[in-house]
Amino acid sequence: MGGTKKNGEQQHPLPPSLAQSERFVPPKTRRDFLGLAAVWTALGTFFVALVGAMRLPMPSVFPESNSRSKIGPPSAFQKGSATHLVHLQAWIFRDNDGGMYAISSVCTHLGCIAGRQDTGEFLCPCHGSRFNAGGEVLGGPAPSALSWLELSIAPDGQLVLDRQRSVKRGTRLMA
Amino acid sequence: MTLLSIKPTGQSPGDDPGHRYEGEPGAVKAYLHNLKVLPRTIRDSIVRHGRPVSDRSRSQAVMGNFFLHVLPTRTHVNSLKFKTTLGLGVITLVLFFLLVITGVLLMIYYKPDVNQAYDSMWDIMYVVPTGRFMRNIHRWSAHAMVACVILHMARVFYTSACKAPREFNWVVGMGLFVVTLFLSFTGYLLPWDQLAFWAITIGSNIAQSPREVTEALGITQQFDIGGMQKELLLGAHYVGQEALTRFYVLHVMILPMVLVALVGVHVWRVRKDGGLARAAERIPSTPPQIRATTKSSGPSTKTWGLMAIIRSKTPHVDKEMTNTVPSYPNALYAVGALSMLTVAVMLIMGYFFDAPLREIANPLVPENPAKAPWYFLGLQELVGYSAFMGGVGIPAIVVLGLALIPYLDREQEETGRWFSGRSGGRVALWSLLFTAIVTVGMLVFTVNYGWMRNWEMTRTVPQIVIVLVNPGTVLVTLFAAWSVWTVRRTSSTRLGAIALFTCFLVAFAIMTYFALVHRGPNWQFYWWPSTWPVH
Repeated sequence: MGGTKKNGEQQHPLPPSLAQSERFVPPKTRRDFLGLAAVWTALGTFFVALVGAMRLPMPSVFPESNSRSKIGPPSAFQKGSATHLVHLQAWIFRDNDGGMYAISSVCTHLGCIAGRQDTGEFLCPCHGSRFNAGGEVLGGPAPSALSWLELSIAPDGQLVLDRQRSVKRGTRLMA
Repeated sequence: MTLLSIKPTGQSPGDDPGHRYEGEPGAVKAYLHNLKVLPRTIRDSIVRHGRPVSDRSRSQAVMGNFFLHVLPTRTHVNSLKFKTTLGLGVITLVLFFLLVITGVLLMIYYKPDVNQAYDSMWDIMYVVPTGRFMRNIHRWSAHAMVACVILHMARVFYTSACKAPREFNWVVGMGLFVVTLFLSFTGYLLPWDQLAFWAITIGSNIAQSPREVTEALGITQQFDIGGMQKELLLGAHYVGQEALTRFYVLHVMILPMVLVALVGVHVWRVRKDGGLARAAERIPSTPPQIRATTKSSGPSTKTWGLMAIIRSKTPHVDKEMTNTVPSYPNALYAVGALSMLTVAVMLIMGYFFDAPLREIANPLVPENPAKAPWYFLGLQELVGYSAFMGGVGIPAIVVLGLALIPYLDREQEETGRWFSGRSGGRVALWSLLFTAIVTVGMLVFTVNYGWMRNWEMTRTVPQIVIVLVNPGTVLVTLFAAWSVWTVRRTSSTRLGAIALFTCFLVAFAIMTYFALVHRGPNWQFYWWPSTWPVH
């Protein structure tokens, strides 16, 4: 076992106990050490500076607009109707029993706006994703269903649509 | 006057009446003389050597001039043959210079502001003197540059110019290819028209698409690399002013700087790696395969001095005597002619064809179909199978695979020989046929039957499998298998590499054509754009 450490023994005579230790590594000369330390310090400094510089473009405060919008009283939506709120990128549905829900038309694939066909299907113009009337994936590259958005009623009786918050599929607001 | 007397030239200090000591009676005379020869003195201070009249002084001119010294003093005759390079590298570089000049001019009027960008485009087109012309040249040069970069890559590959000792320069070239594509992408975002807005939306969501994988693995909460990339690009959670500012900085500052640095390395390495990869000299008495293995060979009639002892494998060791001509005028005039031709074609294009500008960006409704420029259409078709694999995975695999080719195929090959001879040409042809069949077959299948998300029986397949197994990745796997099979069949890695490269190139062309012609509204299949439904 000691035979493997020949080089180290020749350069630095050591007590046999230490020389036979498996973890023994021949010590570096001081000049080697200082040189390596300088190189690693320089590289480390450069790396830290790079990380620091890259921190700047990662925003910590985001410009946001209010995601909640008042969209009028429930009575503005006829029973059995589907209403497209173009500026909110959402469709508002009201079933015959008065239950209401909102489906986002933002495609879950890459963010284009899926158009609703007369059949109720949603088709995305960018890469051909297809969704059924309830937003579930029928085909194409979209990995998940169109999201159902949160609807609530404000104290003044108006419906409020929140585009940032999605609810479980099938959740309806009885109004 | 004796035979040995030297005619005063005005350049030799001893004879120059200008060199007098201060206070001497002739100082005014000297001053007047200096004034008289001032233009020549200034010229000589800029260009140290005189007018290049002989081969020797022309070589000195090439070596001593900052702008000319990218050229070697002498160029091999085979390097100058058109079929060696097709001139594509020089053309690409000239196009880049054109882009810098027209781009800086456009910056004078363009305003990177979401409310003003589109209007400033109209100003450039209808109000600014020569604005439309400059924008047209900029646009067509950008398209031509992408095309030339791809063709240049193909030329370098098929003439074995990517092989050792030039393999690192091939990798630098890969970097240049990617930067060129990013420059094109960031460029067409700036007009803030419909194309721009939806391209940013799609592009930033592709940057976010690693989420497809992290979500499938359930680690998005801890490690959301996709979300980070999107925030870094957009500076917000929607496409707006922050995004435009960032893409503007990328397009006019960061990416051009990276490109210039890489071009510098690229051109320098061409010289350092042994000059242009050219065909070996044909010497009738010694067949090339013998010369390739013999040490000092070639018709050495010249006596060489040993200047240094060269160990290691450098490009100049063991090379035959070369049949070179002075670069000035031979190479210089070739470069000049290519530059003039390129500029002329771009000026004609810019004069007769207007660069398109769509309607103003509308965040509410995308165009239908929303098609990218031609060089990204193949990618758009792939993204139509899976956002992550099409937009990130497959491009990364292709670029990495191409970059590694010269490291994995180390066969000694004669450079400058198209397709490495007849067998390579045959392999390329068979690969073309194979790729055409499987790619068209895959497209026909996908158009008719869709893919896993369309099928009832694959409803329960995990998302990660659907992401990873799609028509695009199946094609890449088939190409890799075809390449490995070629290596086994021909027992040549070079022929396997030719097979792989040809597969990628042909698939790119087919995908681009398919998306250009046969994809219509809602990205559905149509035989011709004339059969699109009206709405």
